[in-house]
Order: sequence, then C-alpha cells, then structure tokens
Amino acid sequence: MSVGFALLGLLENGPRHGYDLKRSYDEAFGRDRALHFGQVYSTMARLLKNGLVEVESEPGDGPERKKYAITDAGITDVADWLSRPEKPEPYLQSTLYTKVVLALMTGRDATEVLDAQRAEHLRLMRVLTRRKNEGDLADELICDHALFHLEADLRWLELTAARLDRLAARVRP
Amino acid sequence: MPLLTADDVHLSFGETTALRGASLHVYAGEVLALMGPSGSGKSTLLHCLAGILTPGAGSIRYGDRDLARMSDAERSTLRRGEFGFVFQFGQLVPELTCLENVALPLRLAGAGRRDAQRSAATWLERLEVADLAGKRPGQVSGGQGQRVAVARALVTEPAVIFADEPTGALDSLNGELVMKLFIAAARDTGAAVVLVTHEPRVAAYSDREAVVRDGRVREQEPAR
Repeated sequence: MSVGFALLGLLENGPRHGYDLKRSYDEAFGRDRALHFGQVYSTMARLLKNGLVEVESEPGDGPERKKYAITDAGITDVADWLSRPEKPEPYLQSTLYTKVVLALMTGRDATEVLDAQRAEHLRLMRVLTRRKNEGDLADELICDHALFHLEADLRWLELTAARLDRLAARVRP
Repeated sequence: MPLLTADDVHLSFGETTALRGASLHVYAGEVLALMGPSGSGKSTLLHCLAGILTPGAGSIRYGDRDLARMSDAERSTLRRGEFGFVFQFGQLVPELTCLENVALPLRLAGAGRRDAQRSAATWLERLEVADLAGKRPGQVSGGQGQRVAVARALVTEPAVIFADEPTGALDSLNGELVMKLFIAAARDTGAAVVLVTHEPRVAAYSDREAVVRDGRVREQEPAR
C-alpha cells in the first residue's frame, strides 16, 4: 500500500513527530479513512528498520515524542515511487457480467439486473456530486475520480442493455 | 398531484414510431433525469411534455389541464409563462447582447425595458456571467453561452425548465460548472427540471431518473 510512501513523502518538507504526521496525512489523504496511531508507529518502525527515516533524538523525551526525519535513501524511494506509473486496473473479472449472463441463462429478465444496478450507481453518484459541490478542491478531485469510474460502469451497463438480445442468443441453452 | 403527467403517449413520425405508450410524472420542484440510448425517444417525450409536439394518442396534462385541448394561443402562453428551455446549443439571438437575450422573455411577456434588463442583470450575476452583459453571443465561449441561456430560461421564474442535453457541447469542466449553477438556481426558485441527458455525471445532479427505452418509460419512484 501507499501509506508508507505517503508518510515518507510528508517528511520531505521537514522532520515531524508521529502525531503531527498522522494529522497531516489525515488532512491531505485520509478524509474517508483516517490513519490509526498504531498504523503510523508501525509504519515508521518499518521505515526506520529499512533506513528510509531516522529518529532525531530530543533529550528527555519519551518514545512518543520521537521526531522522524527522512534519509537520502528515503528521498530516493519517494522519487522512484512517484515516477513509477500505477498498474491500471484490468477490470476483467466482472460480477455484473456474471449476473447478466446467469440471468439470461436461467430465463430471468436481465434488463432488471441492469436497471437495478444503474439506480444503485446513480444513487452513489448523487451523493458524491453533492459532496463535491459543497466541498473544497480536494473533495472535488477525490469525488471526480470516483464519479468517472462509476460513469464508466454506467456506460458499460447501457452498452450491455443494447446488446442483450445478441448475448441471450449466445448463452441460452 | 404531479405538475406534469404523460399518460400512455404514442407518437410516430411517418413510418418511425418514437413513443409507444410512454407514461411519466414530473413533480413540482424536482430535478428529473430522462436517460436512455440515442433514438430511445427521450427528446421526443421532452418535446411532448413541453407542448411543442402533440401526441398521436394519449395525453399530456399540466396540473389538470390537457395540453391537447388548449388552443395554440393558450399553449404558447403556457410555454412562455410557465416553462423555460435550455437546449444543447444556447440558441441565443446573435444580434442581441447577452443582457438583451436574457431580458427577452420578460419583454415578450410585456415587461418594460428597464425592469426587464434589471432582472436580466441579476440573473447573469447569479450564473456568474455578469461581465458578459454587453457582449454578443458570438463573442462568448460555449460554456459562457450556456450559462446565459440558463439565465434566460430562469428569468421568468418558470414552474418547469426543460433541458435537452444542456452540457452536450461542452467539455467536462465547463459542463460541470453549468450544471452546478443551473441546478442550484433552479432549486432556489423552486422550478422543476426535466433534464434529458445521456451523461451519467449530468444525471447525478437529478433527484431521480426515468429511463426511456424503445419509446416506453421505466420511471423510478420519487422518494417521499
């Protein structure tokens, strides 16, 4: 997962305490899923072990007051991660496709499967549209990403609806 | 009672049947998305609801008044006073400024020039295009033109706005801005919106959807 890289990247602008780091992460990336403290400290322990961060000691402070700083190796790691494209989702195992084919095979109304799914997708799209219109730029970008994916699903639903007769002819026993 | 009702509407153009038993309800103040593939009959249904086309069979009622039983003059009055329209291309009058375009429906309804232009200016401001007041449609971008067209549709504060692919000619960013401003303004005035679109992200601005397929409608029940 990218939490490690994100925390590492946040350290590039200067050393931080674990609590501070968690707050920055939540503000920038964790709107829908905030980090647990445990996750921050276990991630930092791993990064420390791999030499990607180091601890700046503050005399007299307890372990929870550790200040983490990124190392040169850490900076290289962040740069590598940023320049490496993410693998596109292949989307080839579609539950929806399976449902449509099974409905047709068993003589059920596949249009109803598609219509029910469209309604459900649009319901979520309405929630996201409201959130993005009431939110800030971060909300807008995060919601748009989800909206474009949901829209792609919906376009597939429409295309499939238009091809149901052909599909039925192929899959019906 | 629904504001607008289509009841078992049939309509053919020569050999081609566009609507074959389409029924639909539009309630006051709601935003209803009419979706469906090209050629499904969604635009034809919109034109029937707006009294622009007359069904071959079945009825369109505005409240309890059957549109087919009105005289042409009564239907025109209804369209001018109660309905607003936004199309894919703004269809602004090219010889008039943006301000004059928005003021036009009020002038046609008998308002004085100064009053009409004052209201028009308010609506241009509401759609964030106040700075275009003195420009002609040919001098503004597609997205700006659509916002002027939305202002023109809203200026008479109609009960229903019919929008046929209002963002169809715009890129995503401009389309989103038009929808955001359009729907917020319509909700403020309490107007119902009947929105024909094939774009799910545009339909997501609606309260519910109705899907037109092969000239019939599958309507989602309104949340009550």
